[in-house]
Amino acid sequence: MGALANQLPIGLSIAAVLLLIALGLTFTFGQMGVINMAHGEFIMAGAYTAYLLQGFTSQSFLIALPVAFVVAGLMGLLLEWSLIRRFYGRPLDTLLLTWGVSLVLQQLARDIFGAPNVQVTAPGWLVGGVDLLGVRLPYNRMFIIVLAVLCVVGVWVYLTKLPQGRRMRAVVQNRELAGYSGIATGRVDRFTFLLGSGLAGVAGVALTLVGPVGPSLGTFYIVDAFLVVVAGGLGQLRGAVLAALALGFLNGYLEFWTDASLAKVLVFVAIIAFLQVRPQGMFVLKGRTLV
Amino acid sequence: MLSVSEVDAAYGRARVLFGVGLEVPAGSLVCVMGRNGVGKTTLLKTVMGTLTPTAGRITLDGQDITRMPTHQRVRAGMAYVPQGHVSFPQLTVWENLQVTLEATAHRDPSAVDEALDVFPALKEFFKRPAGFLSGGQRQQLAIARALITRPRLLLLDEPTEGIQPSVIDEIENAIERLHREAGLTVLLVEQYLDFALRLADSFVVMDAGEVVHAGAVEELHNEEVRRMLAV
Repeated sequence: MGALANQLPIGLSIAAVLLLIALGLTFTFGQMGVINMAHGEFIMAGAYTAYLLQGFTSQSFLIALPVAFVVAGLMGLLLEWSLIRRFYGRPLDTLLLTWGVSLVLQQLARDIFGAPNVQVTAPGWLVGGVDLLGVRLPYNRMFIIVLAVLCVVGVWVYLTKLPQGRRMRAVVQNRELAGYSGIATGRVDRFTFLLGSGLAGVAGVALTLVGPVGPSLGTFYIVDAFLVVVAGGLGQLRGAVLAALALGFLNGYLEFWTDASLAKVLVFVAIIAFLQVRPQGMFVLKGRTLV
Repeated sequence: MLSVSEVDAAYGRARVLFGVGLEVPAGSLVCVMGRNGVGKTTLLKTVMGTLTPTAGRITLDGQDITRMPTHQRVRAGMAYVPQGHVSFPQLTVWENLQVTLEATAHRDPSAVDEALDVFPALKEFFKRPAGFLSGGQRQQLAIARALITRPRLLLLDEPTEGIQPSVIDEIENAIERLHREAGLTVLLVEQYLDFALRLADSFVVMDAGEVVHAGAVEELHNEEVRRMLAV
């Protein structure tokens, strides 16, 4: 029982990381129809940002969070501006295009940082943990969970309360009409990419707490993140949250009971079965019409 | 005010407009008529910049806007209510209006009140997602949204098509008031002859992507012109 309960913070923190990654994808994939395979490399960029900043000050880990957001965000903005905006409405082409970009970025990381993994030393206050009702709660895992919750709340406030978020929702719901309403849709697209990619960068910093940093860091998470978006329902914030939780726990516990490869297989089987029953995911747009 | 000359437009390789010309003088209401699929909607979309003409010129008050992005045309004083009572379905009625206001140059909140004076019924649905409204309610919302931009030229694409009869009158009266009393210039795509006869100053008839007839509204009583419009 104790061992089972100890998996809880692990499952939750996996879910939290997946959620941070999937948040960006719900915008760019779920709503703009861009299959961005390079999203994983923004995670990697965030992780290497934490690696580069460590040791500068005692609080470099905390500083790395906003810096990674900006670094990964700007990479996303650059990608949208230079390539992706020419490919809207052609999801399969964006898949090939961004996969190529992903390979280039991974090689770039190898050239700059070397092929072997590097380690980011967690700050002292994140080492250790606390026992609560017989469950071991490691500080680093708890930090990731809190970070994800803050990001989700932040994104929710942004989308529902701020003019910029309102504009973003308008553009993703009806791009043409947004233009007719006077909204500069191109600028909104670029900013959406900045936000989504920036969140991936933050996820990258969080990942340095639980594992090593390498050029192929992103590839371990990108497929799972897409699964979260698809299973949650395209472009649905609460769907992404629930799907990330389900996938995180499923992953965590199945890995605990079987092994990493078999867990992956079982997760895939579960998702395929789920999508047979609900091909549109957990949540769908509701209303008399989608237009 | 608006001048379209010799405009060709195409969806990919399929050409839809062939040398279309049109004049909308300030303060007038011009009606574009014709059967389904002759290019009326395409003409409006080209005027709004969704499609870029492959040839020809579009000017607004003498300024060339042929290649101007859509959102800048809106800021220049053009508003467009597309066919099919479209809205942002997951935004509430209030958010639909607000997001438009925030994109205007004037950002004057009283523009929302002015638009709601035209369609007061919308106030009841402020907190509802627009996707839950009926077609007629959504069309009122669509016109209100266009008015918030304080346009000088309003483009309407079959504003009463597919709408319950009780709301049609309301919408027609609103358009009439905006044109007659507020002096708004209107370019209207319409199938109903009655409505066109009542409101329009002049009209053009399109067929197969070309303007085949243009004239003053009195000519709509002409047998030959009526034949062009018959289905």
